[in-house]
Amino acid sequence: MNTLTEARLRRTGSLEKNPRLSQWLRVERDGTVSVFSGKVEIGQGILTALAQIAAGELGIALERIRMVAADTSLSPNEGVTSGSLSIQDSGAALRRACAHARALLLERAAGRLGAPIGALEVKDGTVRAGGRSTTYWECSDEGLFDRDVEEPASLSPGGHRVIGTSSPRLDLPDKIAGRPRFVQDMVLPRMLHGRVIRPLHGFAGLDSIDDAKARSIPGVVAIVRDGGFLGVLAEREDAAIAAQRALRSAASWKEPATLPRDIHAWLKENAKDHRVISEKSDAQAKSREVRTLAASYSKPYISHASIGPSCALARFEGDKLTVWSHSQGIFNLRHDLALALGMPEEAVVVRHAEGAGCYGHNGADDAALDAALLARAAGNRPVRVQWMRDDEFAWAPCGPAMALELRASLDSEGNIVAWQHDLWSNGHSSRPGRSDQPALLASWHLAKPHERPSAINMPLPAGAADRNAIPLYDFPNQRVVNHYVREMPLRTSALRSLGAYANVFAIESFMSELALAAGADPVAYRLRHLSEPRARAVIQAAARRANWGEWASREGHGHGIGFAKYKNLGAYCAAVAEVEVGREVRVSRLTLAVDVGLVINPDGVRNQIEGGAIQSTSWTLKEQVKLGERGIASVGWEDYPILKFSEVPAVEIELIDRPELPPVGAGEAAQGPAAAAIANAVENALGVRVRDLPLTPERILAAIEQQ
Amino acid sequence: MSERFRLTVNGTESILEADPDTPLLYALRNDLALKGTRFGCGSGQCGACFVLVDGHAAPACDTPLWSVADKSITTVEGLGSVGALHPLQEAFLSEQAAQCGYCTSGILISAAALLARNPTPTEDEVRAALDRNLCRCGSHNRMVRAVLRVAAGVRT
Repeated sequence: MNTLTEARLRRTGSLEKNPRLSQWLRVERDGTVSVFSGKVEIGQGILTALAQIAAGELGIALERIRMVAADTSLSPNEGVTSGSLSIQDSGAALRRACAHARALLLERAAGRLGAPIGALEVKDGTVRAGGRSTTYWECSDEGLFDRDVEEPASLSPGGHRVIGTSSPRLDLPDKIAGRPRFVQDMVLPRMLHGRVIRPLHGFAGLDSIDDAKARSIPGVVAIVRDGGFLGVLAEREDAAIAAQRALRSAASWKEPATLPRDIHAWLKENAKDHRVISEKSDAQAKSREVRTLAASYSKPYISHASIGPSCALARFEGDKLTVWSHSQGIFNLRHDLALALGMPEEAVVVRHAEGAGCYGHNGADDAALDAALLARAAGNRPVRVQWMRDDEFAWAPCGPAMALELRASLDSEGNIVAWQHDLWSNGHSSRPGRSDQPALLASWHLAKPHERPSAINMPLPAGAADRNAIPLYDFPNQRVVNHYVREMPLRTSALRSLGAYANVFAIESFMSELALAAGADPVAYRLRHLSEPRARAVIQAAARRANWGEWASREGHGHGIGFAKYKNLGAYCAAVAEVEVGREVRVSRLTLAVDVGLVINPDGVRNQIEGGAIQSTSWTLKEQVKLGERGIASVGWEDYPILKFSEVPAVEIELIDRPELPPVGAGEAAQGPAAAAIANAVENALGVRVRDLPLTPERILAAIEQQ
Repeated sequence: MSERFRLTVNGTESILEADPDTPLLYALRNDLALKGTRFGCGSGQCGACFVLVDGHAAPACDTPLWSVADKSITTVEGLGSVGALHPLQEAFLSEQAAQCGYCTSGILISAAALLARNPTPTEDEVRAALDRNLCRCGSHNRMVRAVLRVAAGVRT
């Protein structure tokens, strides 16, 4: 599918699969509008942005919108809340649905008031004409929205009173007051607490278990075993945790296969599928090459490391199952739960409940199956399962390790005439709902086990491992190859921006290396190879805002730039990093410029970009999953440090608003550009290039010694 | 073996029966239904479960009940409530200083402890005081601004 086709499909967003108007909204008698979205709040503020879109198109106050939590029995199926697509998918659909709803309501109101539509005065749902008035709430009935959404003549210009404003987040008052709001906070009557027992370093099965000690803990109700799946149910949460510990130390596990020692070398040796994803050739340009440079880059496995470990509640009522989960894809989860439990899909309802920050496919779905399996043994009592910190680090999927090799040829003036990019990686998605085998952890360990599916890559142009591997620069000769590795030493899946983080890190590091080789300024060098106006604009804006041209070099200080258009389809983002390098790298300032088209909520975009840039700083300076002989060795914060308050850079953001262009998501745009900007700034400070992430003091020292 | 404990939480005394080694976190969340104090790591390394114990920020996940029986405990619910928010909570709202909000309670507690001992901290002092709390979403700078806003007495 080419970019244009995808853009056209995206234009109406999720209407393609959910065409009925009644799937999207309901006008209530009490003067509110219930809005149904299949997209879920994962800490990114999407419910607020979608509410703004609905209020804007309906022409009513934001306070009148009630965002209904996604529920497989109520909501449109919008797949997964991922890929920075909620504004495009749900937002585009809601804009059209609400504009159509408004037109229908006005038509009704005109009939009631006996006035032409053009003569109606509408304010916040009250419609006036000729001294008489009615309201949306009076004009609506059950049948009115029972039709397909039609493309409106125009999207409401009145919408811009709400759209484009920094409306405060609708969910924050609860969260800041500490009110129960998360799935972790839910309580159901007669609820039991469950924990699942898994070894911390991988396993191939459960040999034996002596559960005498766990059974003697007061309040332990049941120990549940199904093959290698071992769980405990207790009246109190602390008893469930104590029993989990007792069982873990009393269990004897079958050892798993050993892990490769050098994961990046192993990836290169084990790739079986080599796909050329972009090829351009121009023999004349190639004939001008005078020298060729090459460099290898790498990225380790990265953990999601959400502050709140995964949690779910499950309850059986007869042969019906209800699950509450912070999954990103409740319909996909329902599909896989039904597969794993051998139930018809219709007998399972999954309700979304908010969880702690979600940056991709973490343990949420797995915890849901854990809760369901324990609930099946709980005699119709509801069960709450929360993973412990080590469960999350050891068992949630990781963002995949990647190896990259780049090569470029320059002409006598330093222009890039040929470019080659090779990447080696496991797949970047093993999400539920995409195959006939459940992608849920516990299902692989049952007495009748399911087969663990391999992570896959979604097709281009969005791509997955190869996301953003095709450079946006205008190179006359170009070859990009995705070397896919099916076998997974560690379970991998989607982590914020997927392959874009490593691909952009490599491309943008290499661009600065080439600029240096060509004796050119890194900003000017990029612009010289880049014609797309919106791309040029963000690079220029970030450079200007960071006073790029007035940089005074000082020992141990450096600055660097990075850029990408996320997925080559979405938001444009450029980052300038300023660093101080002493014993370790300290990022003092990040300046970013961003273009997401029409800005729905400026503060929301800033929050996402700032959060993404800070998280990327953490990944880039500190983060790597440590591998033991047989599994993940970093199962606590002491082994997996993340950026602390005192280490967080100042962040400045310039938004380039383009109200005439469709809005795109902001959540993942900063990951790659910030990483490359930091690496380039380190090189600028020290004169040495570190190409393997993270940029730890050991790595930097090694690079200096190699020089 | 279970024992009876008298706990003073947010100014209210409660009696509960539990094993003396039970972490305070579970007594707060499950016995007293105060869900604002959250489980993050179980070993005092992330700050999501911080509460004030006699005015000092302490991890409830790593604090056994026996050690707090005669102490005064304040949770995020004790800082302020809807309609009567603590100035820090007001400032967090004004700065929209959160993304997911899971770490927020513990950070408010650390900030409250800081301002109680140092009402006019510098930015570096705020950051140092919050270093025991982890935030994964990258809302750090907004939270620091919110704390400084209260320290400067800015009306929210």
